[in-house]
Amino acid sequence: MASTTATQHRVKPRSKVIRRLFRNRLSIIGILIVTLVIFVAIFAPWVAPYPQDAGPAVHFDRALQSPSWQYLFGTDEVGRDILSRTIFGARLALQYTLVVLGIALVVGIPLGLIAGYWSNSLAATFILRVIDVFLSVPPLALALAVTVAFRPSIMTAMIAISFTWWPWFARLVYGEVLKLKSQPYVEAARSLGQLAWIIQFKHILPNIISPIIVKATLDVSFVILLGASLSFLGVGAQEPIPDWGAMVARGRNYLPEQWWVSTMPGLAIFITVVGFNFLGDGIRDALDVWD
Amino acid sequence: MSIWLYILRRLIELVPTLLGLLILIFLIARVMPGDPVKLALGPEATQAQVETFRTQLGLDQPLWKQFGNYVVGLMQGEFGVSLRTFQDVGDDIRDSLGATLELVITALILAILFGVPAGLFSALHRDSWIDNVTRGVAISGVALPRFWVGILLQIWLASMLGLFPIIGRDSGIAPEATTGFYTIDALLNGNLRAFVNALWHLALPAFTLALPSAAQLARLTRASMIEVFRQQYILVHRAYGIGPQRIAWRYALRNGLTAVLTLIGLTFGALIENAVLVEVVFSWPGISAYGADAVLAKDFNAVVAVTLIIGLAFLLANLIVDLLYGVLDPRVRYG
Repeated sequence: MASTTATQHRVKPRSKVIRRLFRNRLSIIGILIVTLVIFVAIFAPWVAPYPQDAGPAVHFDRALQSPSWQYLFGTDEVGRDILSRTIFGARLALQYTLVVLGIALVVGIPLGLIAGYWSNSLAATFILRVIDVFLSVPPLALALAVTVAFRPSIMTAMIAISFTWWPWFARLVYGEVLKLKSQPYVEAARSLGQLAWIIQFKHILPNIISPIIVKATLDVSFVILLGASLSFLGVGAQEPIPDWGAMVARGRNYLPEQWWVSTMPGLAIFITVVGFNFLGDGIRDALDVWD
Repeated sequence: MSIWLYILRRLIELVPTLLGLLILIFLIARVMPGDPVKLALGPEATQAQVETFRTQLGLDQPLWKQFGNYVVGLMQGEFGVSLRTFQDVGDDIRDSLGATLELVITALILAILFGVPAGLFSALHRDSWIDNVTRGVAISGVALPRFWVGILLQIWLASMLGLFPIIGRDSGIAPEATTGFYTIDALLNGNLRAFVNALWHLALPAFTLALPSAAQLARLTRASMIEVFRQQYILVHRAYGIGPQRIAWRYALRNGLTAVLTLIGLTFGALIENAVLVEVVFSWPGISAYGADAVLAKDFNAVVAVTLIIGLAFLLANLIVDLLYGVLDPRVRYG
């Protein structure tokens, strides 16, 4: 694929990709769920029936009420509406996921490009060694260990997850660059004396964007789960921040009688992650990317 | 190259990775802000006591020296003193390692028993309604947060119906420790009551840990079986007029299962990783729950030790999978 025709090239397949995406029943469900979650997250203050309950509000007179028409998800131990907190939780989850994936992409892509493009250099060896080290511990275990250096907070969780996530993108990009760099169009650009970074970003990167997009979409659910897990374990978001994982953890004190306190935020995690999984799988099928 | 040389080479290759991991975790744990020693001794401790304990731990020395001391200790099997239990971390961990392994291995067996047949079945009946149902269940199952599943099971099966214990590993009748696996130890002692009790406690945590992994395994098994069906040699068999069922069972399965082996390795990694959530929910006295407590207490020696051990288990699991791969698939050569 010549780089000069790349722009003309991409117009047609894009509509085809979208058509394929909408033909798959599961991805339509995924799109619906994801759209709902994003909508609710953006308009949380207007959608939530009791928006002031997202913070440190206290209404002891209506504490621990079971789900009813007035409080669809019930109320928690200080009388806050769990539905409202769950809705604000969606906002929080999407925010930290965006930040984490953003950092992972910004750090991982250039390192992957460098390691792949100059694959015999000292820098590449070093980068690959570092990636090996990071990937030698599963993400949750590494992220949990990283949080020891900070006070428990939503920031800590974000730092810890970003810290564990960039190597996955770096390794993906590295592998793709290795495949592409001996392609004639890359060698042509090189023989014309094109600058290395221009070749990397302008000629190689656009052609490996599909697997990156697929990975990033599928990773949304992993990051949401990881963030919720860290908060559940007490090293992430703290009261009164309406984080899903933290809400599930606090609800454990009111089991089994007040089952809804833990159950409802957990259900939100489950549905959101299902939505992103369906969508991610659909995008992967539509772009025809397999690893 | 003989297989032993290959194993040796792979083990030697692990050394720089483990050393890198040690440096990484050590730095994270030692450069934390705040004073973990003060935190450990509590607000009552005098400045002199804090300083004494700090000297005892060697924290007054420069970082590179601390690291050197730590590595020397590690060579002798010492993980340093815990700031939370004030015992040697190695002693703390020794007992909990068996609990985690028993949980993880039971969950692995459950995940394989449910996941692999479901994936095979799905692949064999590709695009039928039953395939679609299996896929739908599997793709949703992957999305289940383990801590939430555990809590739901505690609410409904343990509390409401009283079928299982809510938390813990035994009802005070732990068998004499030989392997650290309560189920196996109980059988070794011929103590049937302890065996049943251990299984009864193991059921919910193991199921919780296994469920999303079983779903993931089903998805991946299906995908790799379908990949095998696409191969040329399958087409050749079909051209010879061999029936699809016979092709599937006699020719496709063996190669498909080699791929599944890699997936089982991945599953093992996911189970080690997520054991912490299940251990915390079910108060399972494992090494991951110990690690989570250590993180909250800023008990840095314990954090370093647990992370290293989890990393080592993860790397060894990958190595074992690579080796088995060669045994099952003669096309793979060690080299």
